[in-house]
Amino acid sequence: MANKTVQFKIKRQDGPNSQPYWDEFEIPYRLGLNVISLFMEVALNPVTREGKQTTPVNYDSNCLEEVCGSCAMLINGKARMACSALVDNLEQPIQIEPFSKFPVVRDLQVDRSVLFENLKAVQAWVPIDGTYDLGSGPRVLPQVQEQAYRLSQCMSCSCCMEACPQFNESTGFVGAATIAQARLFNMHPTGKVLKEERLAALMGDGGIQECGYAQNCVEVCPKEIPLTKSISDVGGQVMKKAVLDFFRV
Amino acid sequence: MAKTPRIIIVGGGLAGLSAAIKVAEAGGSVDLFSVVPVKRSHSVCAQGGINSAKNLKGEGDSTWAHFDDTVYGGDFLANQVPVKQMCEMGPSIIDLLDRMGVPFNRTQEGLLDFRRFGGTLFNRTAFAGATTGQQLLYALDEQVRRFESEGKVRKFEYWEFLSSVIDSKGTCRGICAMDLRTMEVLTFPADAVLIATGGIGAIFGKSTNSVVCTGSAQSALYQQGAVYANAEMIQVHPTAIPGEDKVRLMSESARGEGGRVWVPKNPKETRAGKDVPEGERMYFLEEWYPKYGNLVPRDIATRAIHKVVHTLGLGVQGLPMVYLDLSHIDAATLDKKLGGILEIYEKFVGEDPRKVPMKIFPGMHYTMGGLWVDNDQQTNIPGLYAIGECDYSIHGANRLGANSLLSCIYAGFIAGPHSMKYAAGLGADPEDLQASFDAEKKRQLELNNHLIENQGTENPFQLWREMGETMSKNVTVTRYNDNIRETEAKLVELLERYKKVNLSDRSMWSNQSFMFTRQLYNMLQLARAVAMGARLRDESRGSHYKPDFPERDDANFLKTSMARFAGAAEGPRFDWEPVDVSLIKPRPRRYDSK
Ligand SMILES: Cc1cc2nc3c(=O)[nH]c(=O)nc-3n(C[C@H](O)[C@H](O)[C@H](O)COP(=O)(O)OP(=O)(O)OC[C@H]3O[C@@H](n4cnc5c(N)ncnc54)[C@H](O)[C@@H]3O)c2cc1C
Ligand code: SF4
Ligand code: SF4
Ligand code: FES
Repeated sequence: MANKTVQFKIKRQDGPNSQPYWDEFEIPYRLGLNVISLFMEVALNPVTREGKQTTPVNYDSNCLEEVCGSCAMLINGKARMACSALVDNLEQPIQIEPFSKFPVVRDLQVDRSVLFENLKAVQAWVPIDGTYDLGSGPRVLPQVQEQAYRLSQCMSCSCCMEACPQFNESTGFVGAATIAQARLFNMHPTGKVLKEERLAALMGDGGIQECGYAQNCVEVCPKEIPLTKSISDVGGQVMKKAVLDFFRV
Repeated sequence: MAKTPRIIIVGGGLAGLSAAIKVAEAGGSVDLFSVVPVKRSHSVCAQGGINSAKNLKGEGDSTWAHFDDTVYGGDFLANQVPVKQMCEMGPSIIDLLDRMGVPFNRTQEGLLDFRRFGGTLFNRTAFAGATTGQQLLYALDEQVRRFESEGKVRKFEYWEFLSSVIDSKGTCRGICAMDLRTMEVLTFPADAVLIATGGIGAIFGKSTNSVVCTGSAQSALYQQGAVYANAEMIQVHPTAIPGEDKVRLMSESARGEGGRVWVPKNPKETRAGKDVPEGERMYFLEEWYPKYGNLVPRDIATRAIHKVVHTLGLGVQGLPMVYLDLSHIDAATLDKKLGGILEIYEKFVGEDPRKVPMKIFPGMHYTMGGLWVDNDQQTNIPGLYAIGECDYSIHGANRLGANSLLSCIYAGFIAGPHSMKYAAGLGADPEDLQASFDAEKKRQLELNNHLIENQGTENPFQLWREMGETMSKNVTVTRYNDNIRETEAKLVELLERYKKVNLSDRSMWSNQSFMFTRQLYNMLQLARAVAMGARLRDESRGSHYKPDFPERDDANFLKTSMARFAGAAEGPRFDWEPVDVSLIKPRPRRYDSK
């Protein structure tokens, strides 16, 4: 085969307030390339396709095996992880952009700290008494563990939020990941002690009611977290609480 | 009332987070620094599980047996007192993690399930599918977030530790760090500083480690006078998948659940793995090590694979690869217990390991050596602690699978309370510390200015590649002094070329290649200590194997190697410290008996 290449273009931005621009690249093809290794090639030789000198691309990454949640970006328009995006499965020129619903830091880096703030708001933790030795935890049947484990694999990548039509500044919607985590801790034998507080945090503007059940979130979630199931489940809990609260007054 | 102790923790993996929890719980105030959001730390990669002798399988396991396996597995190079303490603390650590909500796999009675790992005959490894590290890290991250929302922990994420601030008496008083976005350099005072910055995989180019595991922080401290111990002890994991950007691990738990390693007996075999009949396969680990079989310790399995491929010429299809086979186990069981790692293989290789044997080869994996610490995790610099993979304790010359996660949490649980005690004992500052802070900040700013203005022709990523290649080639599985000397010379050459390094990006906003180039210098200096330690240790022990010195030599080398930085040009200088073998007398380490 005559000199096969990989063509890709990257939407870049020097800083939060700068204008975005595109750089196009072309590098020799090799077996097993993923999108991250394209960035590594650029760093070794930061020259665009037109021969213009440029700078290495800035992007977040760490594990390179789709478990840390760092490298989320838009690849050919889809919210996904760059480390598990194999070149062989992508149409060229591969188009790579930062997430559109989060503030750009630089190039493909965006600020996703809102998700961590949301996790604080729903108290996504088990409130243990202390770390001193209190013996073993509650018994948990394997079926329950399996359900919890599926939810607990959420790596806070925010793909579900990027893809969600309801996640934007005007709704202030918390997004699917946070709701799924609220469900996880409401399920836990000890964690459920904070259930009321979690549900209260999900009521009202920006809460669970903003979800239009478009299901975009489940389709993009790289960890296959049962998001729509979680949303309807927590939606039910919130509804029940609303009714009870109503009669309590 | 005494003032609240301020403790700086650098690194938010399992070690850093567990220390943060202990300090916050004891009323201290924590400043937690990390280059990545702590939830994205390398600990998320850990797959197989965490050891503790809970003895829930009726096998008569005990913390002493765990202790013995660990010391023996590490070929007697670890000081024994902390190892014993760790094994004794193991069961209560698992209970605590369980209470925090870690979704550990369960038995039908709802109790914790345990599986077997390498280097032991007991089912001692608790696990959450095949993403145990992720699940443990999340549990600790959640507890720290709780403390953060109560104002007891302040997080500095996307901040990089550059150096410690040391006063005129040699005591650590704080750190100098850089905001990775604004590129601002600031100093932070503290009563004690805990370093929890993980492994050094990047020094070997491609490894199973995450991108930020550069060892840059450890190296900076070593250059400031901290002792770096057993630098030469590097673990190469037997089963990994070579890739373009990194080497991906195929966890030992695959063998713990019954996975078998083999090659076709016929070197000219052309059929696909699954079509090779049983009788024409060589299960070499089972043949050579009948008692432990596929679960011999990692150093042993790695050398066996190298022998099969390089000496016997039996690599699959003539390539440096052997099979790791799970296809004889039913798919539902595999999904429940190994789902996470099967997905990695499917995603990155494109084949289904439930149906076909996986192709694997050893890859650099773990750093046994690290910053020297005493039994309270304190380094030789008062006020400076090291915990987790970045410290040298516990694992000796070879780490047993699933012992690292435990050692990280153990170290955090020791150093957290101890640093609080240390802080309470600190009197009023005896001197005006401002001068020390100003001097350190000035030094770092000068380094930055120098780098940004430097003119030259060398690409930092190219230098890094060359370092990785020479380190992987000569300072991993099989070591010859001549080759190591070649690597040492190469590292000196790379440091020389580093002086002509040229940044294509000179901006002062979130400049990643700038930070990488800073780290590269530290990697090169630390690599010299790894290489020289390997050259000086003329014996074979655990992961350190020299064909010219094939036996363990207790008379001369039952000693910790201690690297001290002698200067930018001189590099490391070594001395040796005896190992504490007060509890278990060294005995020959053999896994090949029946
Ligand atoms: C693929 C893989 C699988 C593994 N599986 C297992 C297993 O099943 N069982 C087991 O026991 N062990 C396993 N290990 C080993 C184990 O995962 C690690 O040893 C352990 O997670 C290290 O934890 P740590 O807290 O020391 O450091 P890390 O988790 O590496 O965290 C380091 C922290 O330091 C920060 N940091 C680094 N440098 C700086 C700096 N200069 N400034 C500021 N912050 C910095 C990082 O951001 C990060 O927060 C595995 C390792 C790998 C690679
Ligand atoms: S179901 Fe639709 S609206 Fe609701 S969170 Fe998912 S993507 Fe958003
Ligand atoms: S739910 Fe899925 S897509 Fe959303 S943050 Fe978690 S892992 Fe990412
Ligand atoms: S780098 Fe961790 S998910 Fe891609």
